[in-house]
Amino acid sequence: MTRITVMVDGVSYVDDVEPRTLLVHYLRDKLGKTGTVVGCDTSNCGACTVHLDGRSVKSCSVFAVQVDGSEITTIEGLARDGQLHPMQQAFHDNHALQCGYCTPGMIMQAIDLLGDNPDPDEQTVREGLEGNLCRCTGYQNIVRAVLDAAEKMKPAVRAQQQPSTVVGGGI
Amino acid sequence: MIPSAFDYVAPTTVDEAIQALSQAGDDAKILAGGQSLVPVLRLRLAAPTMLVDLNKISELRGVRDDGNVIVVGAMTTHHDVINDPLIREHAALLALATQTIGDPQIRHRGTLGGALVHADPAGDLLAPAVALDAEMVIVGPGGRRTVPASEFFVDLFTTAVQPDEVLIEIRIPKKTGWGAHYEKFQRVAQAWSIVAVAAAVRTEGGSIAEARVALTNMAATPVHATGVEQALVGQPATAETIRAAAEHAAEGTSPMSDGNADPDYREHLARVLTQRAVASAAGLAA
Repeated sequence: MTRITVMVDGVSYVDDVEPRTLLVHYLRDKLGKTGTVVGCDTSNCGACTVHLDGRSVKSCSVFAVQVDGSEITTIEGLARDGQLHPMQQAFHDNHALQCGYCTPGMIMQAIDLLGDNPDPDEQTVREGLEGNLCRCTGYQNIVRAVLDAAEKMKPAVRAQQQPSTVVGGGI
Repeated sequence: MIPSAFDYVAPTTVDEAIQALSQAGDDAKILAGGQSLVPVLRLRLAAPTMLVDLNKISELRGVRDDGNVIVVGAMTTHHDVINDPLIREHAALLALATQTIGDPQIRHRGTLGGALVHADPAGDLLAPAVALDAEMVIVGPGGRRTVPASEFFVDLFTTAVQPDEVLIEIRIPKKTGWGAHYEKFQRVAQAWSIVAVAAAVRTEGGSIAEARVALTNMAATPVHATGVEQALVGQPATAETIRAAAEHAAEGTSPMSDGNADPDYREHLARVLTQRAVASAAGLAA
């Protein structure tokens, strides 16, 4: 067992982990953060996407022992005081989920995408989500939601809302 | 699935890493970005007794200018390679090929050095390394040595790097002002290349002054398409010349047969993709 200290969704944790424990299993089984889901066994699906020190990663492809001293944001750390993150709200508004299984990963990757490019066109959104699979094939509304969120998260628009409530993706 | 148990060390210097590798013996494995290794461990296709994680060795990250050469630290991530101004200016081919790897999440973790030492014949960075005449700097208990890309790739998943050695940096001679293109043929967005072609071309007054072409997945190791290069150099940069030169693309290759393609089809792809890659690199519409 190896001791790690890690900040997850704003809370600091100190835990002993086996080196072979995947980050996603640490988050789910040890911390109870089951919002981050496992969708495949091949690293293709992106459902387990979280932010590691501000960048999106697939938490099935990182060992928990590797995140010692790092900061993780999961889907559970986005909302503030009962208010959804603008990306979560946009997924809700645009009916961007059917079964909902890919949604946590889609939202985490979409926030990262807007961190790189706050004003993407449709093609950029589609390419930015290439590592996230939706088995319901509900991509139309997912893309629509990301474009909607981009519009609402633009600095000018955001200033009128509550800028302090927005986290993640280098915004 | 959960990987087999292993011991884990995360050294902070290259010397410590080499020491850890020497002590652990042949069953140790280096963990770089982990985007190939972790899935392999999870499927239990490999079960090393120890992982030596290079992620805490900060000296292995970053890109620097060294006169006629740019030096890329082996642990520089794909994301950082794509966005690095030195690489974009002097080794555009590498940035273009790196852009086609995996997906954004994988490019945030995966590293140039990891991809090269993994040496998957369908990996997209091997052919650009050959086309750009990259040199690999390797450190081990015996000291430091430099191996040209043309000798670095030994076989399927096998390079010149020995079990107690670490690839620390990749030295790439500047190809400033060259046109470049990486043309990749794949089944779906995330799939491996069935065949791909890396091309870099320097044109002068409408003629091809210099050309570098290498092929992905046309043999166990990347293939340097010298026949194509010879047919290009000194010729006018026209669609006809390029099409004729691309006919040489399958020479000296030994493509494998798998569920995606048989050797004949791969040879056909090599010619077609070479024509497209060189035309794009030379600034012509493919």
